Amino acid sequence: MSKPIVATTSLAGCFGCHMSVLDIDDRILELIELVEFNKSPIDDIKKFSKKCDIGLIEGGCCNSENIHVLKDFRENCRILVSVGECAIMGGLPAMRNGIAIQECLEEAYVNGPTVVSNEEVIFPNDPELPMLLDRVYPCHEIVKIDYFLPGCPPRADLIWEALVALVTGDEMKLPYEVVKFD
Amino acid sequence: MKTGVQKIVEKYGKDKTRLMDILIDVQSEFGFIPREITVQIADDLGMSEVDVDQTISFYHFFSQRPTGKYHIFLNNSAVAYMMGRKEVADTFTKELGINFNEVTPDGLVGLFETSCIGMNDQEPAAIINNRIFTKLTPFRAKEIVRDIKEGKDIDDMIVADYGDGENRSDLIKSVVTNNIRKIGPILERNHKPGQAIEKISKMTPEQVIDEVKRSNIRGRGGAGFPTGMKWEFCRNAPGEKKYIFCNADEGEPGTFKDRVVLTERARLLFEGMVIAGYAVGATEGILYIRHEYKYLQTYLESILKAARDVNYLGKNILGKKGFNFDIRIQFGAGAYVCGEESALIESAEGKRGEPRDRPPFPVEKGYLDMPTVVNNVETLCAVVKVILNGGEWYKSFGTTESTGTKLLSISGDCKFPGVYEVEWGFSINDILDMVGAHNEEVQAVQVGGPSGAIIASNEFNRILGYEDLATGGSLIIIGKNRDILTDIVLNFTEFFIEESCGSCSTCRIIPTLLKNKLVKILNARGVKQDIDDMVEWGKILKASRCGLGQTAANPILSSIKNFRPLYEEKIQKNKVFDSGFDMNAAVKESCEVTGRVPNI
Repeated sequence: MSKPIVATTSLAGCFGCHMSVLDIDDRILELIELVEFNKSPIDDIKKFSKKCDIGLIEGGCCNSENIHVLKDFRENCRILVSVGECAIMGGLPAMRNGIAIQECLEEAYVNGPTVVSNEEVIFPNDPELPMLLDRVYPCHEIVKIDYFLPGCPPRADLIWEALVALVTGDEMKLPYEVVKFD
Repeated sequence: MKTGVQKIVEKYGKDKTRLMDILIDVQSEFGFIPREITVQIADDLGMSEVDVDQTISFYHFFSQRPTGKYHIFLNNSAVAYMMGRKEVADTFTKELGINFNEVTPDGLVGLFETSCIGMNDQEPAAIINNRIFTKLTPFRAKEIVRDIKEGKDIDDMIVADYGDGENRSDLIKSVVTNNIRKIGPILERNHKPGQAIEKISKMTPEQVIDEVKRSNIRGRGGAGFPTGMKWEFCRNAPGEKKYIFCNADEGEPGTFKDRVVLTERARLLFEGMVIAGYAVGATEGILYIRHEYKYLQTYLESILKAARDVNYLGKNILGKKGFNFDIRIQFGAGAYVCGEESALIESAEGKRGEPRDRPPFPVEKGYLDMPTVVNNVETLCAVVKVILNGGEWYKSFGTTESTGTKLLSISGDCKFPGVYEVEWGFSINDILDMVGAHNEEVQAVQVGGPSGAIIASNEFNRILGYEDLATGGSLIIIGKNRDILTDIVLNFTEFFIEESCGSCSTCRIIPTLLKNKLVKILNARGVKQDIDDMVEWGKILKASRCGLGQTAANPILSSIKNFRPLYEEKIQKNKVFDSGFDMNAAVKESCEVTGRVPNI
């Protein structure tokens, strides 16, 4: 039997959740025995080359590109998992929700402390660039999400346990230490 | 400005529990409460600035920015929309050239939305500079704007005739009409003020409580707690001072009976407060009235003064040594949640109107931590008649479980909206007949306001009473041509979102999530799961601290229960999931700001 196929992506996130995946340490050797990776920053495969079983999503959606990627994942993955605070709730990037986009862009490109000079008030507007969304959306407000792994980032043990449970079909071990957040 | 504020603060004895009164006066004098005044008030009262700030920011009628020389608060209740509110609102925005929540650049006019102002029987209605304007039309709105631009005095802008009864009196001069449609033993006209006070002055407080208990009267605010028992608890509670509160903060959309009682039967009400004070051993009564009824202030104060002049209020009432009781009026500043008794007490203490944790109940620890009885306007009026005619007499009205009569505020699609005093035990069908609404033209009846239930014709044989349909008295009749989900359920849900005090996360968050689901269904993006989610999530609200939060899902839950097909016909049958996300709408703002053409 062929190995289950996993894909991962980071949308409006900080890659911290991916770092947490790497935090499984030497179990990464077990992991590659257990699953095959497809589209993912881990192996740098840019496009889905086949249908996958599990998609791990880090980050929420802040722009049109995120939406396309997320929908692509939904189409190509049997099971989608929101990994971490940003995917589940929008996280830190969602702090801009409630602030007008004009104001956000002015802060970033006109008034921000690192702006050298932008007297003409130019905002990036190349058609190639993704378009900003009116607010940062959690993933489940865009597509159906099957599971949620909380944490910022979720602990490596939690990600590991969840992946193994999904792949083996065994019940997941969720000791208190893994899901407490204080 | 500085001396003006100082005067106001001194008027209330530099007492920080009177912060509401101070802020109401400041707001009315300056049109808003600027930062420097907040600082000054905080200094003068020995409070921190944020403590003053949090009271200011809690109430709808306090503003930290200018509201204009004329401020128009247009009611946005469901019945206002049913009666043509949209056209009136459009006329105001068009004629003034501003949107809601804005002030004209010259600072002349501010236009604001406000929740139900207790005029459901004469909608669309607005409050302009504390004066009530009823039955507005686009034509009338144009007239008002023209008058404002001409700088007319607000009193001269009332061109139509004044309303009926006391509304015409020199101390009210309002266009509001009473619309008393049916008079029963409580509202009857022949009451001679002071009779009951004379009678109790010859009774012991215990005898008074016994008589009230014998009547089996239960609180008319909606929760239905036995009044006699409440008084007894308070009488027996230890405390050096006790208080009687009359709750006239009727904010439940569709309720306006207290308005009519305050206008026409205020003497009866004050007499009821005196009786409660005597029974409980309280020397101070506070009538807490919603800000929307501020136009009655001068009139009510004059009645209190007259009562003092004949010693129905004051010291040694009717010569009885130690029978001391006086009443002061406390106004709110626009917050539905203050109708909840512990929130009302908090508000009267000058704080945010957030409900308290219970126990302790107000009868043990209420106003200023002293034993306090909070009774509804109607309850206190009824008690006077109980004392005069006896508890047995009172029990001859109504049903075994629900004795006496109930004042109903009836509005919506009927010929005769207004206040009806009926015995408990009337069925909805009886009521529809009474108010001139033909059964076959009625689609639904909202019983008990947004926190109550919306019922369909198959339940019109149910009766009003604590044993079946308990109600604080609001009935809204919804005709066949109304879109229940948009006109009623969405409006009510938005009302709960607006009026949540924000203390419990359940009530702060879930109504918004429910509204989003409802809007999604209305936008034809809903699926069956959305209906199931709403039912499940609605249950979580029961964990909220007060009645507002606990019932905030009722418009949605009861309409799903009784009008499920309305939801089902709008959902997508061929899909099990739809997030409702709309990319075009989501990128619109950023594309406009950056000057891009959306390419999706």
